[in-house]
Amino acid sequence: MLEVDTCCKEYRVGAFGGRALLAVRDVSFGVQPGEVVSLIGESGSGKSTIGRMILRLARVTRGTITFDGVDIAQLQGRRLKQYYGDVQGVFQDPFSSYNPIFKADRVFTMLRSEYFSGLGASEWDAKLENALDAVSLDPGAVLGKYPHQLSGGQLQRLLVARALLLDIRLLVADEIISMLDASTRIDVLNLLGDLKSRGLGILFITHDLSLGHYISDTTMILRRGRVVERGPTQVVFGNPLHPYTRTLLASVPKLHARWGDGNGGARRDDGEDAADGGPLVEVEDGHFVASLPPEPGT
Amino acid sequence: MLRVDGLAVYYQSLRGDVKAVDGATFEIADGEIMGLAGESGCGKSTLGKSLVRMDARMRYVGGSVELDGRTLPIWDDAKMNAFRFKEISIIPQYALSALNPTRKIGHMAEELLSSRDVHLDRVLPELRRRLDLVGLSESVLERFPIELSGGMKQRVVMVLSSLLDPSLLIADEVTSALDVSTQRAVSELLVEFRDRGFVKSMIVITHDLSFLYQIADTILVMYAGKLAEKAASDTIVDAPAHPYTRMLLSSLPEVGVRFAERRLTGIPGRPPSLLDPPGGCRFRARCPLAFDRCGEEPPFAEVAPVHSAACWKAAA
Amino acid sequence: MAVSDHERTDPAADRIATLDVAAPTVPTAALLPSGRSEFAYFALRNWKFDLGLGVVLVCVAAALVGPLLTDHEPLAFTGPTDQPPSSEYWFGTTSFGQDVFTQFVYGLRAAFVVGIVAGGIAWLLGAVVGFTAGYRGGWVDDVLNMLTNVVLVIPTIALLIIVAAYVEVHSYATEAILIGLTSWPWAARAVRAQTFSLKTREFVDVARLSGRGTRQIIATELAPNMSSYLLMMFILLFGGAILIGASLDFLGLGPSESISLGLMMNNAFLSSALILGTWWWFVPPGVGIIAIVGGLYVMNVGLDEVFNPKLRER
Repeated sequence: MLEVDTCCKEYRVGAFGGRALLAVRDVSFGVQPGEVVSLIGESGSGKSTIGRMILRLARVTRGTITFDGVDIAQLQGRRLKQYYGDVQGVFQDPFSSYNPIFKADRVFTMLRSEYFSGLGASEWDAKLENALDAVSLDPGAVLGKYPHQLSGGQLQRLLVARALLLDIRLLVADEIISMLDASTRIDVLNLLGDLKSRGLGILFITHDLSLGHYISDTTMILRRGRVVERGPTQVVFGNPLHPYTRTLLASVPKLHARWGDGNGGARRDDGEDAADGGPLVEVEDGHFVASLPPEPGT
Repeated sequence: MLRVDGLAVYYQSLRGDVKAVDGATFEIADGEIMGLAGESGCGKSTLGKSLVRMDARMRYVGGSVELDGRTLPIWDDAKMNAFRFKEISIIPQYALSALNPTRKIGHMAEELLSSRDVHLDRVLPELRRRLDLVGLSESVLERFPIELSGGMKQRVVMVLSSLLDPSLLIADEVTSALDVSTQRAVSELLVEFRDRGFVKSMIVITHDLSFLYQIADTILVMYAGKLAEKAASDTIVDAPAHPYTRMLLSSLPEVGVRFAERRLTGIPGRPPSLLDPPGGCRFRARCPLAFDRCGEEPPFAEVAPVHSAACWKAAA
Repeated sequence: MAVSDHERTDPAADRIATLDVAAPTVPTAALLPSGRSEFAYFALRNWKFDLGLGVVLVCVAAALVGPLLTDHEPLAFTGPTDQPPSSEYWFGTTSFGQDVFTQFVYGLRAAFVVGIVAGGIAWLLGAVVGFTAGYRGGWVDDVLNMLTNVVLVIPTIALLIIVAAYVEVHSYATEAILIGLTSWPWAARAVRAQTFSLKTREFVDVARLSGRGTRQIIATELAPNMSSYLLMMFILLFGGAILIGASLDFLGLGPSESISLGLMMNNAFLSSALILGTWWWFVPPGVGIIAIVGGLYVMNVGLDEVFNPKLRER
């Protein structure tokens, strides 16, 4: 369905744009209907940039992104609007995603005027109710309110409902629960799981490994713009091969085991410029790892 | 050794008082690292800040705070000056932006120390030792904050905050803006500070219970301005007594749980408004175990040795 | 909080931000009356706003009603020269025997015409250039920036003097257009800066994802968020235009076939009113200009307090 092929994103930095900063390097992956792909990376890894490129909010410098075989960089005007009818995104900060001077349901009316202008009032109301029901929100409690009157969890769910109104096939969820409280996080996460079983493909971008493990089918670990490991979630977590993946897993605090018990220590220095590896090599079925230079002495 | 008794700190707002901390009573022994956990709006940050500095919006309403046997005059900003930094210190929540971007770190340290009548030269050897301990070279004093990464800045602020060996160090959400691997490094450093005697006891404030389990000796859970439960971290995680703690723990996805196998549940509903909190137990509306008696506020009482909880059902 | 108060444009968000920090544990719904009624509530309670608005409204009333109260023509030589204020000539007469009161109220009219036309043009230009440069970025921004800087650097009064010497400035509308075309750069810069900061907010992305185009987004998402800023900008441009217009008239570069406050003062000084002591000739127009422009600026200060809750007195 969605294919990302050797994508790169380059920013020009420095005085007069002299230097190039590669935020994303040679990233390739795909998302199938009903598949949840986790893009796991720390801040600065380029994960959000990839999400924005897929949503056509940022331009791809090199490489292609295709949806159902069509290169999305070529889409303009009406065809771009059609694309948005298939692919939508939800972002990290629920309060920033709403224009604070308008009511929250304006995000729905915006869609209505762009996509459903022909729909009658009762039809629209029914559609809206369906979408709100799918995200377990009570219309009476959330419609007609301003964003500051609703909680972060409700706002995020409204955004998912908005995406569902369009009957999308791919949802890009960029850190959508990191700003929510622990007790609401799991509910929104479960919602994503339910949507997946209805056939929605989800690109789940996060820095939190436990969330990725809970919800996704395929996991990709991103470091400094490059994919260092990729594969089915159970395999990547069960048998992490890249040193970075191992470090990440070792640093995740668990609830019933202390850090000292496990293996691998945390890095102390931040300026480490270790080689992340080259192109991905398939190590076992479906499990790709960035090939590393041989250890000195071997 | 910290002893807090019935501390109440409210915020003034246009519509009345927000009862952010409404009666907190607990103790921290020497050498103890206490984790202070809770979701946003529960009052944990307010509690931590009120022990060191009441900012203009906070209003001290009642209760007492004793550090090493001496009463802390937290209602009096000027009198607290004598204690801040030397006896009690805080690593503030936005430490990464607490560093003035236009001044070199060394200058900032110097100003900080001289405001406490301590000359930089006198503590320089110790400062060097500690910077080395956290993995930073002395050259960091010559750099500007923008040249350092998030983790490095956090470590610099940690070192500066604890330089005069305060009796109590409060770390307010020091790891939330960092990446996972740096979080581990910084958290382990906090423990090391305590182990080496740089600080006697510590309060670590965060919403992440799993981190507290790793580094804290005891955990205090807050909900809606009140204390919910306090116990050793093992007890909190393995045998929590308060329904809120239990539900909170069961909503945390750990690496090992998958949606397809076991669906975790959150806590339905929202915390109550602190402008006009309901009488009785504040968790009542969302608690599956609520019964009639919950209309009367449960005291934060001992349910087992060194284990207190504010719940009628938890009481022995 | 790195962003200074003056850079935040959104009143509701500002209030939420302040109150959120002050009361982090309360859903802000409990603290805010929703919507626009809040603006009126706070605006009218602010004494600076009330004072400024009051003064300006008095002047407007004088400009509208004044000419109806007099049956003289402003430039007509109707009476004895150099008369002090009396019951017949309320503000006295000039050295040429003209009724000062009539001149004054017609002058007020001219001042408001110049203010609205020039202020309006400058506001429109500033907004269009600022929004486009801020939202589009890239080379569009570079080009517009260059244009803005060029117009900004040109010494306005000098340019206007030169133009006025060549163009036959027949009416106040023409003068106003000239003023409007040269005073928009600072407004464009301000709007551009605000747009830059607003465009990174995620609701702009959500609008893009809803299929909205650039112009729509600027008009329906960004501009309403900056409404307070745009309002204050207009007030400042309005007042500034009146001041520049009065200065030009005072220098004798404005239209001479009708009367304005600046022209009155020009005539007064040229006729040695200071020496002769005919204060009633130049004091009213001076007070008039000060009243209007001062009133507008005080209104602006009051509005700033309304929109930036942190500036409010407790």
